[in-house]
Amino acid sequence: MKIIVCAKQVPDTNEIKINPETGTLMRDGVPSILNPDDANALEMALEIKDNNPDTEITVISMGPPQAKVMLEECIALGADKCILISDRAVGGSDTWATSNAIAAAVRKLDGFDLIIAGRQAIDGDTAQVGPQTAEKLDIPQVTYVKEYKFSDDMKSVEVKRALEDGYQIIDVKLPCMLTAIKELNTPRYMTVDGIMRACDPNLEIKVWGAADIEVDLDKVGLKASPTNVFRSFTPKPKGKGVYIEGDTPKEKSQNLVTGLKAKHII
Amino acid sequence: MDFNPTKEQEMVRKMVRKFAETEIKPIAAEIDEQAIYPYATMKRAAELGLMGMPFPKKYGGSETDYISYVTAIEELSRVCGSHGVIVQTHCALCTWPILTYGTEEQKNKYLPDLCTGKKLGAFGLTEPNAGTDAAGQETTAVDMGDHWLINGTKIFISGGGIADVYVIMAMTDKSKGNRGITSFIIEKGTPGFYSPKHEKKMGIRGSIASELVFEDCKIPKENMLGKLGKGFKTAMTSLDVGRLGIAAQALGIAQGAFDETVEYMKNRKQFGKSLDKFQALAFEMANMYNQIEMSRLLLYKAADRRSQGLPSTLEAAQAKLACSETAMYVTTKAVQFHGGYGYIKDYPIERMMRDAKITEIYEGTSEVMKMVIAGSVFK
Repeated sequence: MKIIVCAKQVPDTNEIKINPETGTLMRDGVPSILNPDDANALEMALEIKDNNPDTEITVISMGPPQAKVMLEECIALGADKCILISDRAVGGSDTWATSNAIAAAVRKLDGFDLIIAGRQAIDGDTAQVGPQTAEKLDIPQVTYVKEYKFSDDMKSVEVKRALEDGYQIIDVKLPCMLTAIKELNTPRYMTVDGIMRACDPNLEIKVWGAADIEVDLDKVGLKASPTNVFRSFTPKPKGKGVYIEGDTPKEKSQNLVTGLKAKHII
Repeated sequence: MDFNPTKEQEMVRKMVRKFAETEIKPIAAEIDEQAIYPYATMKRAAELGLMGMPFPKKYGGSETDYISYVTAIEELSRVCGSHGVIVQTHCALCTWPILTYGTEEQKNKYLPDLCTGKKLGAFGLTEPNAGTDAAGQETTAVDMGDHWLINGTKIFISGGGIADVYVIMAMTDKSKGNRGITSFIIEKGTPGFYSPKHEKKMGIRGSIASELVFEDCKIPKENMLGKLGKGFKTAMTSLDVGRLGIAAQALGIAQGAFDETVEYMKNRKQFGKSLDKFQALAFEMANMYNQIEMSRLLLYKAADRRSQGLPSTLEAAQAKLACSETAMYVTTKAVQFHGGYGYIKDYPIERMMRDAKITEIYEGTSEVMKMVIAGSVFK
C-alpha cells in the first residue's frame, strides 16, 4: 500500500504572539514542531505499516527549507520518504494555492492508495488544505477521522467521523483522503534506529521547486492566493467567568436567573 | 573543535526528553518511595533503542556516538536517576566488556539480546572486603577441568536479581594479586547463584542493588570472559566507560534539580516578590548554571574522545568528578531554595538530592577520581 501523509511545520505554541505593527506571526525564539494533528496522521500510516510491512509512507510538506528538520523527524518516526515543496514562487500561499501545489506534487508521485492529513494546523487553524487537495485530486474525502477499519481486501476503509454532537460511520473506497484528529491515536516516539536512519548521509529529503511539480505559477504563491488577511490581532481576554453558587440545582438556577435579570439580559 | 550538537545528538535529546517527561516523570516518585524496579518503562526504553546505543549494528546496537549515548542517560536522569543508572550499568558494565573481550561465540550469544534490551546486564566486582581496593577479591573460581566452580559473595550489585546476564570478577590465582583475577559471564538461574537480599538505599531506589551469592556454582568453561588473569583489566576498562554514564547521570540530576528550581523561584513569592528577584539567590543560580555547563563540557569532551577511540581514562575521571560534585552542590542548593518544600516529598527535589549522593561513590569514589587525575598530573 502506498500512503501519502501531508505534514506541516508549525511554531510550538498555542499562544502565538502577533506583531501588532505588521500583523504577522512572531516566530522568533519559538521552536518549530510537526503539527500535532499531522503527527496523528503519520501515526495512522505507521500503524498500517506495522500491520502491512510492504506499505510505503511518503510525507509531503510545503514550507521554508528549515522544514527539513521536521521531515527528518518523520523519518526517525518511521516514514520511508519525504518531499519538501520549497520555492519562493509558492511562498505566501493561502490554503487554495497550497492545495494546488500539494496536489501537483502528489501527481508527480508514482500513485497512491491513501492520503492522510491532519485535521488542521495549530498556526492557521483553517482545516482546508486536506479537503481542498482531495477535491483537486478528485478523490473522496472523510474529515475528522477518529477510528478506522480496513476491509479484508484493503480496497475500502470504514471510518468513524467525529461530529460535534455524535459521529458518522462512513465506508469509503480507496484511493481517498482522510483527515486525522487527536482522538485517532497516540503518536509514537522517535527511535534511536530511526534517528540514525534520518542522519544517514545517504538519505536525501527531496526538495521540489515549482518547476519540479509542474504547477501553474498563477495558481501558487501570494499573488495567486484569493485569501487576503485584512488584519491579525490578539483578541482581548474575556473577563473572568462567574461561578454560580448554590447548594442545590434549583438554588443555582434561581441565582443564575437573578443574575441575568440584574444585568437586564432577561 | 565544534561545540554544536550534531543532528543525531540533538534528535536523541529531543526524543529521550519527550519519553522521559511523558512516561517516566509521572512514576519517578512512586518507584523511589516503594523501591520498585520500573519494568514497564524499561521495556519501553528498550523498544526505543536505548539499551544498545553505541554498539555495532551487527549485534543489535545502533552505532550512535558516545555523546548521543551520554545525552540519553542525562535526559533520563533529569527526571529519574534510577532509570539513568539502569541503562548505564547495562551498557557500560555488561554489554561493553562482552563486546570488547568476548569471543565471537560469546558476542553472538549475548549481545543481540543485551543490545535490544530483551535481557538486562549487570556487573559484579564489589565485595564486603573489596570496595575501592578491588584487588582484594575473595570470590574464587576454580578450574575443575570441564567447568569452573565459583564461590563467594558480591554486594551492592546494581540490577542484582533483576538482571539476566552478569559479568563477574573472581580470583583464579590469589598469589598473583591483580593478575590473579579473571572475569566470567554468569547467567541468572544458574544453580548455586542467587541474590538473597535487596539493599535498602538512600537514593536511586528504583534501581535495585543486591547481594549476589555463589555457592559451588558451576559454570561452563566457555563462560570465561577474556583471558585468564585479565579480569582486573576488564573491570577497570569497563569502569572507564561506566564513569561516562555516571557523570551523565549526575549531570542529568543536576539539570533536573536546576530546572525545577528555576520554575519554583519564578512562582514562589516572599516579601511581595518572586524568589528570582532576590539577588543573593539569583547569583547562586548563576553559579549553579555555570557549574552545570562546565561539567557538561568535560563530559562531552570525554565522550567525544571515546567515540574517536582516543585514550579517555583521565577525561572520564575528570568528567565524573566534576559532574558528581556539581550534582551534590546543585541539588543541595535546590533543596535550600525550595525551603521547607524542598524537604518534603511533594516536590522531586529531596529525591534528586538523595539520588545525587551515590554519583560521588560508585564507579569509583571521588577520591579515586582524584587519584587518577593526580596520577596523570604527577606522572
